Amino acid sequence: MKWGHGRHRGGFIEHTIDALYGAMERFLYAENTARGGGFLQRIDPRVKVGGLLSLILAVALITRVWAIAAILVVAIALAMASLISLGELAARVWLPTLPFTAVVAIPAIFLTPGHVIWRLPVLDLPVTAQGIHSAARLILRVETAVTLVLLLVLSTPWTHVLKALRIFRVPVVFVVILGMTCRYILLLLETAHELFESRKSRTVGAMTAGERRRIAVANAGVLLGRTFQLSNDVYLAMQSRGFRGEVYLLDDFEMRRWDWAALLSFAGVALLSIWLGR
Amino acid sequence: MLFELREVTYSYERQTALNQLNLSIAQGSRVALLGANGSGKSTLLRMLDSLCFPQAGSVHFQGAELTEERFADDAFAFAFRRQVGLVFQNPDVQLFNPTVFDEVAFSPLQLRWPKAEIRERVDEILNRMRIRHLKDRVPHRLSGGEKKRVALASVLVLDPAVLLLDEPTAGLDPRSQSQLIDLLVDWAGGVKSVITATHDLADLADIADRCFILDSGRLAATGPPEEILRDRELLERTNLVHAHRHRHASGKVHSHPHMHSSEDL
Ligand SMILES: Nc1ncnc2c1ncn2[C@@H]1O[C@H](COP(=O)(O)OP(=O)(O)OP(=O)(O)O)[C@@H](O)[C@H]1O
Ligand SMILES: [Mg+2]
Repeated sequence: MKWGHGRHRGGFIEHTIDALYGAMERFLYAENTARGGGFLQRIDPRVKVGGLLSLILAVALITRVWAIAAILVVAIALAMASLISLGELAARVWLPTLPFTAVVAIPAIFLTPGHVIWRLPVLDLPVTAQGIHSAARLILRVETAVTLVLLLVLSTPWTHVLKALRIFRVPVVFVVILGMTCRYILLLLETAHELFESRKSRTVGAMTAGERRRIAVANAGVLLGRTFQLSNDVYLAMQSRGFRGEVYLLDDFEMRRWDWAALLSFAGVALLSIWLGR
Repeated sequence: MLFELREVTYSYERQTALNQLNLSIAQGSRVALLGANGSGKSTLLRMLDSLCFPQAGSVHFQGAELTEERFADDAFAFAFRRQVGLVFQNPDVQLFNPTVFDEVAFSPLQLRWPKAEIRERVDEILNRMRIRHLKDRVPHRLSGGEKKRVALASVLVLDPAVLLLDEPTAGLDPRSQSQLIDLLVDWAGGVKSVITATHDLADLADIADRCFILDSGRLAATGPPEEILRDRELLERTNLVHAHRHRHASGKVHSHPHMHSSEDL
């Protein structure tokens, strides 16, 4: 990682930018894991995109908690077979998404009608069995879906994801926009980070959270302008090198027996879990 | 004529970057574009690469006018992109692939060369630019000088007949700078044309046999490098030299001809 964690104590905005930048950079330049020799890395990107998306679809459709948990177990097994460390998954996915999901899930504990098993002291809010169940389901669902997305991202160079999307008949324009959006967001975050750093190097002493927030707001316009400029230049540079909207890659996608087996297994797991877990 | 510009005007929202510019560049020539910051060099290079089009006036490339409509045609666009390559001033905008290898392979892939040929060609250019060891690195995390080399390699891979360079040596260490100049000198050996925007007067004679000086989007002067370098008044007027630092150059030569030889030796 170019810049990092724990080097300085920044505010919420800076931390969020740092985290987002890290995630984006991983997505665009997943250099370490994407070309490694793990299980997911070896299967055809089309199978991978199709397979993992069908598992995500299954997670969205099924309602039984044990079935969702089963898919999470499959995802964890896939991660292990693909040499993606569980520590990294925990640090990058499970913990960071937890608070966001909890914000949505926790009210469900109190608001879902049903059998009251406990009452929150002082506030006297009823906690229902159904409420706990649905909150758990929501959290599990989100964590599982995000894990599956990250598996794809960590095991596939992003140009392959783009090309695979083209094969699924996603229109050229959409793929280009997606590609550009990724670059754009990365540039935006990069610029934001640089702006913070240069501000900090010019400021003597610590800034309060309020000061930081004020800087962030004041710079938002500059930031967008500069990023827009840069990403426009990136687009020109792509055109200059012959880019006309279609994605061409050096690697040919080729279905081997291995890939067909993987395709069947993905489809099998997805269908089975939808059938049993609805 | 390779490029012919007639009365070309180009403005950004508020800023006029090129102002009724007239110039012609001959086939096979090596040209330097000189000018202070903001004089319009980068804008001119982008226009020569057909990334922007004149708002007034016209640009001709080998006799054909370059217009937006022409570029709607794939065949024309590919033929042009195959022949003309631009290395951007800021390498960050030019590097957008996951690895250096992919970066260099990008252009030939877009132009749909056979894949075996692409691999061979990319390997060759990586060796020639001495960036073989960076092959699997992420371009966006390289050092500034490494980025510049990769950006250059990603354009040279097509072996373009016309090479447009926007400050290629800026930010390189002296050794890489002279390596790059050597490479460009070799490169331009054939029928190739090289058009370089630069602030660096020291290497001027090596990279160009003709100079154009831009000043606020207009052509201020043109001539061979020796002549331009001798015209001290012109260089000062167009902010290319700092009067104080260049005291020893031609200024003194006229008043003290004897000093000339002693200083040169
Ligand atoms: N994207 C843009 N939007 C608005 N104005 C621009 C843009 N790009 C350049 N300009 C303006 O156009 C003028 C010419 O800019 P250009 O980049 O061509 O100069 P340059 O000769 O390359 O300068 P430098 O030596 O600093 O690279 C400048 O006044 C600049 O401010
Ligand atoms: Mg410039």
